[in-house]
Amino acid sequence: MFRKRPPPEEERRVRANDREYNEKFQYASNCIMTSKYNVVTFLPVNLFEQFQEVANTYFLFLLILQLIPQISSLSWFTTIVPLALVLSITAVKDATDDYFRHKSDNQVNNRQSQVLIRGSVQSEKWMNVRVGDIIKLENNQFVAADLLLLSSSEPHGLCYIETAELDGETNMKVRQSVSVTCELGDPNNLASFDGEVVCEPPNNKLDRFCGTLYWRDKKYTLTNQNMLLRGCVLRNTEACYGLVIFAGPDTKLMQNSGRTKFKRTSIDRLMNTLVLWIFGFLVCMGIILAVGNAVWEREVGSLFQSYLPWDPPVDNFLFSAFLSFWSYVIILNTVVPISLYVSVEVIRLGHSYFINWDQHMFCSQCNTAAEARTTTLNEELGQVEYIFSDKTGTLTQNIMSFNKCSINGQTYGEITDPLVTVPKKLDFTPFNPLADPDFCFYDEKLLESVKVGDLHTHEFFRLLSLCHTVMSEEKSEGELVYKAQSPDEGALVKAARNFGFVFRSRTPGTITTTEMGRTVTYSLLAILDFNNIRKRMSVIVRSPEGRIRLYCKGADTVLLERLHPCNQELMSITSDHLNEYAADGLRTLALAYRDLSEDEWEAWSESHRFADKATDCREDRLAAAYEQIEQDMMLLGATAIEDKLQEGVPETIAVLSLANIKIWVLTGDKQETAVNIGYSCKMLTDDMTEVFIISGHTVQSVRQELRRAREKMIELSQTRDGGKEEGMEEMGEACFMGNGFKEGQEGDGTATSAATSAAAAGGGGGGGGGVGGAGGEGKQIQCPTPSPPSNLLDNISGEFALVINGHSLAHALEADMEREFLSTACACKAVICCRVTPLQKAQVVELIKKHKKAVTLAIGDGANDVSMIKSAHIGVGISGQEGIQAVLASDYSFSQFRFLQRLLLVHGRWSYLRMCRFLCYFFYKNFAFTMVHFWFGFFCGFSAQTVYDQYFITLYNIVYTSLPVLAMGIFDQDVPDQRSLEYPKLYEPGQLNLLFNKREFFICIAQGIYTSVVLFFVPYAVLSDATQSTGVPLADYQTFAVTTATSLVIVVSVQIALDTGFWTVINHVFVWGSLGSYFTIMFALHSQTLFRIFPNQFHFVGSAQSTLLQPVVWLTIALATAICIVPVLAFRFLKLDLKPQLSDTVRYTQLVRQKRRKPLGRSIGGAWRGVGGVSEGRLGARSGSRRSGYAFAHQEGFGELITSGKNMRLSSLALASFASRHSSSWIDTLRRKKATHTHTPTSTSGECSPAPSFVSGSVPPLSNSSSVLGGSQDTPIEEETVAAPPQNTQTALTSSTQTPPALPPAAEGAAPTASAQASSAGTSTASKPHGGDSPGGWTLSLGTVQEALFGWKGITTRTSASSSPGPPSVAKETSQNE
Amino acid sequence: MATSYNAKDEDGHITVSGPSGGTLRSKKPENTAFKQQRLPAWQPILTAGTVLPAFFIIGLIFIPIGIGLYVTSNNIKEFEIDYTGVDMSSPCFNCSQSFSWNSTRPCTCTIPFYLDQPYESNVFMYYGLSNFYQNHRRYVKSRDDNQLNGDPESLKGPSKECEPYAKHDNKPIAPCGAIANSMFNDTLELFYNDPNGTKIQIPLNKTGIAWWTDKHVKFRNPEGNNHNLTAVFQGTTKPVNWRRPVYELDDDPENNGFINEDFIVWMRTAALPTFRKLYRIIPRKSSMVPTLPSGNYTLEVVYNYPVRSFEGRKRMILSTISWMGGKNPFLGIAYMTVGSVCFFLGVVLLIIHHKYGNRNNSADISN
Repeated sequence: MFRKRPPPEEERRVRANDREYNEKFQYASNCIMTSKYNVVTFLPVNLFEQFQEVANTYFLFLLILQLIPQISSLSWFTTIVPLALVLSITAVKDATDDYFRHKSDNQVNNRQSQVLIRGSVQSEKWMNVRVGDIIKLENNQFVAADLLLLSSSEPHGLCYIETAELDGETNMKVRQSVSVTCELGDPNNLASFDGEVVCEPPNNKLDRFCGTLYWRDKKYTLTNQNMLLRGCVLRNTEACYGLVIFAGPDTKLMQNSGRTKFKRTSIDRLMNTLVLWIFGFLVCMGIILAVGNAVWEREVGSLFQSYLPWDPPVDNFLFSAFLSFWSYVIILNTVVPISLYVSVEVIRLGHSYFINWDQHMFCSQCNTAAEARTTTLNEELGQVEYIFSDKTGTLTQNIMSFNKCSINGQTYGEITDPLVTVPKKLDFTPFNPLADPDFCFYDEKLLESVKVGDLHTHEFFRLLSLCHTVMSEEKSEGELVYKAQSPDEGALVKAARNFGFVFRSRTPGTITTTEMGRTVTYSLLAILDFNNIRKRMSVIVRSPEGRIRLYCKGADTVLLERLHPCNQELMSITSDHLNEYAADGLRTLALAYRDLSEDEWEAWSESHRFADKATDCREDRLAAAYEQIEQDMMLLGATAIEDKLQEGVPETIAVLSLANIKIWVLTGDKQETAVNIGYSCKMLTDDMTEVFIISGHTVQSVRQELRRAREKMIELSQTRDGGKEEGMEEMGEACFMGNGFKEGQEGDGTATSAATSAAAAGGGGGGGGGVGGAGGEGKQIQCPTPSPPSNLLDNISGEFALVINGHSLAHALEADMEREFLSTACACKAVICCRVTPLQKAQVVELIKKHKKAVTLAIGDGANDVSMIKSAHIGVGISGQEGIQAVLASDYSFSQFRFLQRLLLVHGRWSYLRMCRFLCYFFYKNFAFTMVHFWFGFFCGFSAQTVYDQYFITLYNIVYTSLPVLAMGIFDQDVPDQRSLEYPKLYEPGQLNLLFNKREFFICIAQGIYTSVVLFFVPYAVLSDATQSTGVPLADYQTFAVTTATSLVIVVSVQIALDTGFWTVINHVFVWGSLGSYFTIMFALHSQTLFRIFPNQFHFVGSAQSTLLQPVVWLTIALATAICIVPVLAFRFLKLDLKPQLSDTVRYTQLVRQKRRKPLGRSIGGAWRGVGGVSEGRLGARSGSRRSGYAFAHQEGFGELITSGKNMRLSSLALASFASRHSSSWIDTLRRKKATHTHTPTSTSGECSPAPSFVSGSVPPLSNSSSVLGGSQDTPIEEETVAAPPQNTQTALTSSTQTPPALPPAAEGAAPTASAQASSAGTSTASKPHGGDSPGGWTLSLGTVQEALFGWKGITTRTSASSSPGPPSVAKETSQNE
Repeated sequence: MATSYNAKDEDGHITVSGPSGGTLRSKKPENTAFKQQRLPAWQPILTAGTVLPAFFIIGLIFIPIGIGLYVTSNNIKEFEIDYTGVDMSSPCFNCSQSFSWNSTRPCTCTIPFYLDQPYESNVFMYYGLSNFYQNHRRYVKSRDDNQLNGDPESLKGPSKECEPYAKHDNKPIAPCGAIANSMFNDTLELFYNDPNGTKIQIPLNKTGIAWWTDKHVKFRNPEGNNHNLTAVFQGTTKPVNWRRPVYELDDDPENNGFINEDFIVWMRTAALPTFRKLYRIIPRKSSMVPTLPSGNYTLEVVYNYPVRSFEGRKRMILSTISWMGGKNPFLGIAYMTVGSVCFFLGVVLLIIHHKYGNRNNSADISN
C-alpha cells in the first residue's frame, strides 16, 4: 500500500499539520511545471521528440546510409543541411513556446498564499505549499490547490466559490465544511487539528470526490461538497481555511488539462497517405533501377571493368544492384521533400497570423481579436460542411430584453416609423429615480400610459413586479440588483421597475415594492410554481388594502384557455398580437389576474395545504390544486421578450447556408426556446415545407417519428416535383421495407410530427429558392452513404427542418437508429436538437464525423460545449462570455458568432485554396526535379549518378524554389474577401475537396514527370552533338548538369508564376529573387575563388560561365521551357474557357469591371438561378401557422424555495444549482423534480448564467432579416464597392444603401435598424416599409424577393462583411479607420 | 503540441470589460495592407485575350529561329569515320584484335577517306567513343582534384576516392583515379592525298582544346608549371594503363604534366555514354583556301586504346563550326516543331474559344 511512486497511488492519506508524515508518501508539491525543457535538457529532449516524427527519422536514416561510401550517391551535406534547417526551425519554435510556459509557470508558482505554519498564518509561495498544509483563503482569491474546506467565516461552514475556470459556469456554488471542523474557527485551533484524510488518488473528475476524515476516533464522510478545487475563486466569503489534499500536478485542474487531442486536417491525412504512396513509388523506382543496375553490371559493367573495376566489397552484379537500390533511394528521396512539412507549418502559421490580425474579426466592444489557437487546422476551415452551434451565448447574447407588450388590446413597443432616423431611447430617470439606466425601450406611449395612470397598465406592471421568483439585493438605497433565475424573468421585473413598479425585496411571506414612488408591502400568500407541464406560474398576494388577488403569467396556449369568458374580445386582439410577436421570434407570455374573495382563498388554501402534505402523488395533487384556482382569470395583456441574437446572426446563417453548410443547433435549452431562436435567426422560416418535431420517449416512437418524417418528405417532394419520378415511391417503400421496419408498427403514439405549419406544404411549388436548390446540388456528393434511404432522400426538394428532443436524441443515437436518424436529419435544411447534454452534443458530432466523412465545426461558448468542441474537426470558442473553458478547448476563438462567416468563407477558403495550390506545386516541383535522375539512370549504367551538382540538390528545395511557393501559399488570393462573402458558392470546392485530392495529386505528379522527361531529354538531344562555338563539345557532364538545372529552375519558376494568382510585391521579390539567387549562387559556387580554397569540393569551377555563355544552352533552356509550359497553358486555358469555375468567373468579372468601370446592368442573381430551383408562386403564401412564442426559461421549484425562506439566508446564491447538505423537504422535492427532467446541471446553469454586460447594440432581428431579403433582382452587379478601392467600403455601403452618410456614433445601438431599413428602401423592391414588425410583411417580402435574395445577397453580405460583418459597429469602426 | 493548460489562463485573464474600460489597451489589429491582406497585387488571368496571342507569338518566334538554326546546322560540314576495327575488312581490325596494354610495339592502321566538300575556316577534329560510361558514378568520382590542382600532399597521398587507382607498388599514382587511368591514348594523324600522289600531313593544333578555367585554374602542375616535371613527380608512379608517365605527355612544358590539354579534355567527363571529345584543331590557312579541300585523305591511327572488350566504338570526326557550335540538326527541327505546334494550338484554341468558349465578354457571372 505504501508503494513508492511512480506506481500509481491506490489511496491517498493526508494528515493535517504533519509534514513529516505526509512526506513519506512523496506526494507532488504544489509547484506546477507545464514546460517541457530546461536549458540542459532542451537539446536532447527536443531532438528526441523531433526524431519521433517519422519524416525526420527517415531523413536521419538516409543520412546514415550516405555515410556508407559504396552507397553514398550524394555528399552528406545534401541531406544534413535541410535536415538541420528543419530541425532548428522546429526547435526554435518549441523553445519559444516553452519559454512562455516557463514564464507563466513561474508567475503562478510564485503567487502568495497564506499557510498555517506552527499556529500562525504565514505567507508562502504557491509552489511551497505541501499536501497536508492548512491554508487560508480570502475573498476573491484563487484557490491554490485542491483543498478540503475546514472552516469558513460564514455560518455553518459555508463558503461560495465560482468555478468559471474549471467548468465555465459563472454562477456561484456553495461548499460546506464537515460539521465538526467548521467549529475550528481560529488559527490556533486549526493548528492543533490533526485529522487524517484517506481518499481516492488524484483523478480528473471535477464533480466527484470521495474520502473519509478520521479525527478523534471518528469517521466523517467527505464528498465533493467539501472540496475547494484549484482554479476556483472564493466569493462572498470573507475567509476560509482548507486542508491541502491534492497539490500541483495532482489537482483536478491539472489532471484535466492533459495533452490536447491532436487534431489533424483531412489534407494532413491525405498528405500522409500521399507521402506513403510516394515512398512506395520511390521504392518501385529504386527496384526498377536496381534491376537495371543488375542487368547493366552483368552485360556491360563486367566488361567495362578494365576501366572501372567494382569497388572492393562488390564482387557480383547482384550485390552491386543491392547497393544501387539504396543509392537510388538516397538520390530520389527528394520526391518526399524534407521541407514539405516545415513549409506546410510555415504556411499555416502565416494563415493563423492573418486570422489574428483580421480587423474584421475584432470586436471593439470586448476588445478581443480573433485568435487562431491552433495553427494546424486552417485549411480545414475551407472544407466545413456541418456547423454545430450552441445556442445560448453563441447565437444569442443571453440577454433578454423587454421588447414589446400588449396591454388591454393595445400594443406597445413597435417602432411605427421605420424611416425615423434613430428611435429615441426612453429616459426614465426624471420619472423614476429607481429606474435602471441600462433599460432600453423606445415607445413613449407606454410611459405616457403609465403616467396617466391607466389602470390596466398599472395592473400589468404590478403583476410583473409581483409574480416572479426573482431575488433582490439592495446594497445601498436605490441600488437594486436582481438575481433572476432565468434572464427573461429578470427582464420582466426590470421592465416593471423602470415603469414605476419597483420590486424592492421579499421575505418568505411578503413582497415589498415601490409603486409609482409609494412603498407597498404585499403579503405573499402562495406561489403557484412554474413547471413544464403547467407552463405558467402564479402568485397569490394580499394587498395592504386586504384585497386578495392571483396574478398569473404563462404560455398563451395554456393561459388563454383559463380566462373568464368575458375576455373573448380582448383575447382575440391579444392573440393577434401574440402571433405577431411569435412570428418575430419573440418570447411571449400572457398575463392575467383573478380577484379572490377571502372565502375562496381560505377554501383553496385548505385544499392546497392538503395537497402539499400528501405523501403520494404530491405533485399531481398540487397541480390539480393550482389548476383549480387558476380559472376565470382576467386577461391583462402579453409581454414579448427578445432573446437577443448576437449581431448579424441571421445574415451569417443565411450566408453560411448559401455556402452549402448545414447548421445544426444543439442546445440544452427547451424545445420552445430553441424553436423560437430557430425562427428568429431564420434557420426556421414559416416558408419551410415542414418542420418535424421528434419528441418520442421510446425507441419505437422515435423510430416511428423519424420514419414518418422521411415518408412525408418524400411524399411532399414528389408532389412538388409533379410526379416526375414515378418510380420513386415504390423505391422508397421498398427501401423502408428493406430496412426492416414493418409498416403500421405504431409506436406509443407520442408522435407530434407536423406540429407546425402543415399549411406550408400547400405552397409546395416554391419554397426552396436558392438555398434549398443550392443545397440539393451538392447533396449527391455530400451524402455518399450508399444506404438506400439516404440516396432517396438526396433527391428531396423543398425545405424541411427537424427538431429533436434530448430524450429522443438519446434513442436516435443508439447504434441501430443512427443511420435512420442521420438520413432524416441530413435531408433537412435545419436541425435543432434541444435539451441535449454536453455528452450528446459530442455524440451528434461524432455521428456525423463517422458517417458523413464531412468536416464538422462546433461553435460554443460554455463549458457544456467543450465536449463537442473537442470532438469536432474544428472547435470554435466564443470568447468573453461564459468563462473560458470553451475557448481553452477550442481551436479558434472570437467574440461574435458572425465572425464565423469570415473565418470560413474568407480565411478558411483562402487557406484551403492556398494549401492546395501549394501542395500541388510542391509535389510537382519535386517530381520534376527528382525524376530527371531516374531517366539519367538509363544512361549512366544505373550507377546512381546525379544529374545535378550536389550543391544544387542541397539548395533546390531550401533556397531556389522554396520562397515563391511559400509566398503563394501564404498570400495567394483567387478572389478578394468581399467576393467570397458575396458568392458563398465559392466555398463549395472546398467541401467537395476539389482542389487537392488524389486525382489532382496524380495530375501534379504526371505533370512533374512530364517536366522531368522534357528536362532530361531535351538537353540530351541537343547537347549530345552540340559544341561550343570554340568547338569544345557541350556534352560533358558539368555542362549538362548546369543546363538541366537552369532549365529546371526556370521551368518551375514559370510554373509558379502561372500558379500565382495574386502577385504582391512579396511574390515578385521572391520569384525574381529566387531566380536571381540561383544564378548568383551558381556563379559563386563555380567561381575560381572558392575552388582555390577547396579544390576538392567545388568541381564545377568555371562551368556556369562557360555553359551559360553558349547560345545553344539558352536555346535549349528556352526550348525545354516552352515544351513544358505550352501544354499546361493550353490545358488551363481550355479549362478556364470551357468549364470555368465560379471563382474564375468572379475573378474575370472583377477584371472586366476594373477595366471598364461602367455598369452593365446584369444581375448576379443569374448565377444561382440555374441551380436555385423553383422560386415562383410563393407570393403572399403566408402560412397560417399559429406558433406559440412561449418560452419560459425556468426551472420549477424556486417558488417553494422562496416560500420556505431557506434561500433568504444564502441571499446571493439563491439561484445556484446547489444541493447542499440540508435535508429539508423542499430540497428533496427540488431534487426529485430535477431528476424528472433530463437536464444536466451544467447545461442548465449555462443558460441561466448572468447575462454578459458588454453588449450594447440592439438589433431587432426582423429588421435585419428584412434587410437580408429586401434586395432587388435588378440590383446592378457593380454595386459600387467594386469600383471603389477595397478599403473604402464604407462609402460604398453608404451609397448603395442611401443611408445618411454620417451615422452618429452615439446612436450605435440603433444604427443597424436604420441602415437595414434604409437599405431595403434604397434597393426599392419592397415598397412596403418593413419595419420588421409584421409577419405578413416578412413573408411578402420573402415571396417577392426570394429570387432576388441571391442576387441581392451580395449587398447584404457586403454591407455586413466588407465593412466588418454586422452593421452596428461597422459604421463606427470603418469611419474611424479612414 | 503544448498542453492545453496554460497557467496564465488561471487568472481568468479574459477581461470582460464594458465599453467603460477606456484605459485598456486596444488589442485591435493594426490596419495595414499587409496584415489585412490588402496588398496591392497584380492578378493575371488566362483569358483568350492573353493566351491566344501568346501562342501565336511563341509560334512566330520559334519557327524563324528553328529555320535559322536548321539552315545554320545544315551548312556545317561534318565527317565521321569509325575506326574501331570491328569488321574484318576494317584496316584496324588487326590492331583491335591483337591488343595488349603491355605491348611495346604500337599498332598502327591507316584509314583512307574522301571528303566531297571543302572544309573552310577552322576545322575541328574529334575522337568519339561509344558505350563508354564516363558518367558512371564510381568513374566520375574517381579522381582527386586536389592532386590535379598541384597540391603536393595529394600528389604523395591521393584521395581514397581514387581507389583502386590510388597507389601502385606502394607508390602514389599521379594522376590517380579511374578517369586518368583510362585516358584515351590513340594517336590520330591526318594526311591529305594530293591528286598528284603526294601525302601531305595536315598540321594539327593540340592546344586550345580545353576550357580556359580547366587549363588555367583547375589543373596545375605541382610547384608551378615550368619546373622540371620529372623531379616534381619524383616518387609517384604512372597510372597503370599509361605507357608514359604524366610528365612525358608532351614536349611543350606548357602542355605537359597535369596541364596537358589532351589529359584535361579527357578528365572533363562526358555526360552520356556516347560522346566526342575535341582532339585537335586544324587552323585555317587563309580565307581564300579551304582548310581541308575536298579530296582523298588518310587517317593514321596509332591504335592503343582498346574498346572492343566492352563493345565500345571509336570514331574520328571532322567538323566545321558556326556561331552556334557544331552540327546540331535537332535544335532547329525542335524549334520549328514547337513553333508550329504553338501556332497550331493557337488556331485550335481560337476555334474552340469561338465555338464553344464561354465568351466572357460581358461581366456576367452565369453559367
